[in-house]
Order: sequence, then structure tokens, then C-alpha cells
Amino acid sequence: MLALSLQNSGWAGKLPAGAKLLALMGATVLLYPVQSPQILAGALLAVGGLYGSLGRTAMASGLAMLKPLVMICLVITLYHIAIGAFDRGLVFVLKLLAMVGIANFVTMTTRLSDMMEVILRLLRPLQRLGVNTSIIALAFTLVIRFTPVLILKARALTEAWRARSKARAGWRIIIPLVLLALDDADNVAEALRARGGV
Amino acid sequence: MEKNLTYIALFAALIAVLGLIPGVTLGSGIPINAQSLGIMLCGTILGGKRGALAVVLFLALVAMGLPLLYGGRGGLGVFTTPWTGFLFGFPVAAYVTGRIMEKWNGRSFLVGAVLAAVIGALVLYLVAYVYFMEMTGSSLVETFATIVAPFIPGDLLKAVVAGFITQAVYKARPSALLSRA
Repeated sequence: MLALSLQNSGWAGKLPAGAKLLALMGATVLLYPVQSPQILAGALLAVGGLYGSLGRTAMASGLAMLKPLVMICLVITLYHIAIGAFDRGLVFVLKLLAMVGIANFVTMTTRLSDMMEVILRLLRPLQRLGVNTSIIALAFTLVIRFTPVLILKARALTEAWRARSKARAGWRIIIPLVLLALDDADNVAEALRARGGV
Repeated sequence: MEKNLTYIALFAALIAVLGLIPGVTLGSGIPINAQSLGIMLCGTILGGKRGALAVVLFLALVAMGLPLLYGGRGGLGVFTTPWTGFLFGFPVAAYVTGRIMEKWNGRSFLVGAVLAAVIGALVLYLVAYVYFMEMTGSSLVETFATIVAPFIPGDLLKAVVAGFITQAVYKARPSALLSRA
């Protein structure tokens, strides 16, 4: 399974993940109340500059991650033109692109393992309340391991369906998929218990 | 204990896999797909607490940068839009759905599961609605027209499908239905 982080994330990849997350929180809090299109356009340019400083590949993947928003931005702009509030629409679109862009930047320049480490460190105070945080780490690993396994099983079910019917499988393969997932969960639970449990 | 852990993890993975089933994207930009069916199933099958935990686990991995949301989206960027209320509402919806499923003692199992999923969806709308209005300053009517109304038919259909799936799972693996244990 591919993560969204870049292979080569340059200077930003060397910054500690915790610092980047704090900076992201700060930027989001600062941008949220801004209503001036000029300031927001400046912020968006600055975000573009961040991507630019990492080279062309980073720029291209940054734009690719914003692609699902293009349609939305278009609709929002047209809607606001239609109701005669172009300024409001502009603020909405600029803010959306800047905030999503900067958050994606942190995601692209931080490895999954570093991100997970930060989350587990943040959860550490829970240990005092009796929560076993190593179980949470194990849960993350289980999901990362089992998502591709379930994807393969779903694909096999779809193919088996296609061999028998011209109609699309649709929701009907979900029942066997859920049953397969439940059986996997039972087997893994048994295997964990056999190895000393959690 | 082990069983709780693996059920929660496997259902988090299941939400991700259901996001791969092709859906439709509306003009307003919010996709209609089977991922929210996964949220409903977390509630109806795992029950309130475990269902909500499975959803939180899924969202945590998305935030860390795995492209598990519908359409291969993920990362921190999906948490900074005005529609993020839907994501924050997911665990709440799963919890409410699960609690209703745990308490339901009506005659029909199917009716209970469908009802639980419908009420969960209503709670999801409520969270998403308030969040969107708060973030954008849109009016009540605008918000309703863009982020609630388009989903009602799809979600009703999904709630019925979730009910039938839950019933089928109950028949095939009675002990796996942690919400009724």
C-alpha cells in the first residue's frame, strides 16, 4: 500500500514531524479567521513556494492531491457569482486551497512511521489512566497489514462474481467480504492469544 | 481482549476496502460511495464503543498519510476543509448506531438494524451541518441544500443495505455480532 509521502522530500523531510504538525496547527488557526482575498492569495502563493522549493516532482504531486478540489472550487465560484457575492466565493476558494495545500505539504514531507511516532507520543499520557498504548500501535500495524489482504479478497470475490454474471457485483459481494473479514479477525485473535496475548 | 482488538482493526480495514467500490461524485463535491456503509456496519455489527474505535483507528491512519478515503484521498489535507465535519461525525454516527443496536429489543432484527443506521446517519448530518456552517458562515438553507439534501436518498438506501448485511452476518456468524453479545 502506497503512502502519500514523497520519496525525496528535501529540507522539509529533515524537520521533525512534531514541529511540522505544530506549524500546521498554527497556520490553520491563523488562516481560519482571515477574510481578505489579498492576504489569502499571498498565503496561497507562499504555499506554492513551499512546494516549489522541493522541486518539480513535489509540485506535480502537490497539484495532483488538490485535483479532487478543482470541481468543487469551480462550482462554488459559479454559485457565488450567480448570487452576486463573488468576494465571498473567492475567499472561500482561496482559503480552502491554502489550508488543504499546507496540510498536504506536511503529509508529503513526513514519513508514515514518523507520523505514527508523534501520535503514540501524544497518547503516552493515557498510560497513566491505564490505557495500554502498545495495543494502539499493534492496532495500527494490523490495519496497515490487513487492508491489502482484504483488497485482494474483495478482488477475488468480484472476479468470481464476474465469471458467473454479466451484472455488476455491487453491494452483493459485501456480505461474503464481511464474513471473510470476521473469520480473519477470529483467526488473528487466536494467533495472538497463542503467542501470549496482548 | 484479543478478539476486540482484531475485530476493531479488521473493521477499520473494511471501511478502507469499501471505499474502493466505485461511487458517484456530486456537483457539490461530496462523493456518494460505500465508505459510509462501512461506518454503519461498524455500528450495527461491532456495537457502539468498538464501532466508534474502529472508525477512529481508520481516521487516524488517514491523517497519518495513508490514502484510504474514497478516491484514494488521505493525509492531513482532508481534515482542513469545511466538509471535515463528515469525518468527525463518522465515529459519533457509528457510536449512536451501535448503541441503538445494543439496546434494540423489538421483534424484527432487520428493522432495528435499519433504524439504527438511519439515526446514525442523522447524527452524522447534524455534526457535518454544524461544522460546515461554523467554517463557512453559510446560511441554514444553503448548508442544507449543499451538504444534507443530496445524501438523503443514498443514505436511506445504504441503511437498508446495512440492515440486510447485518442480518446476513447474524445468521452466518451469530457469535461475531458483538453488538448483540
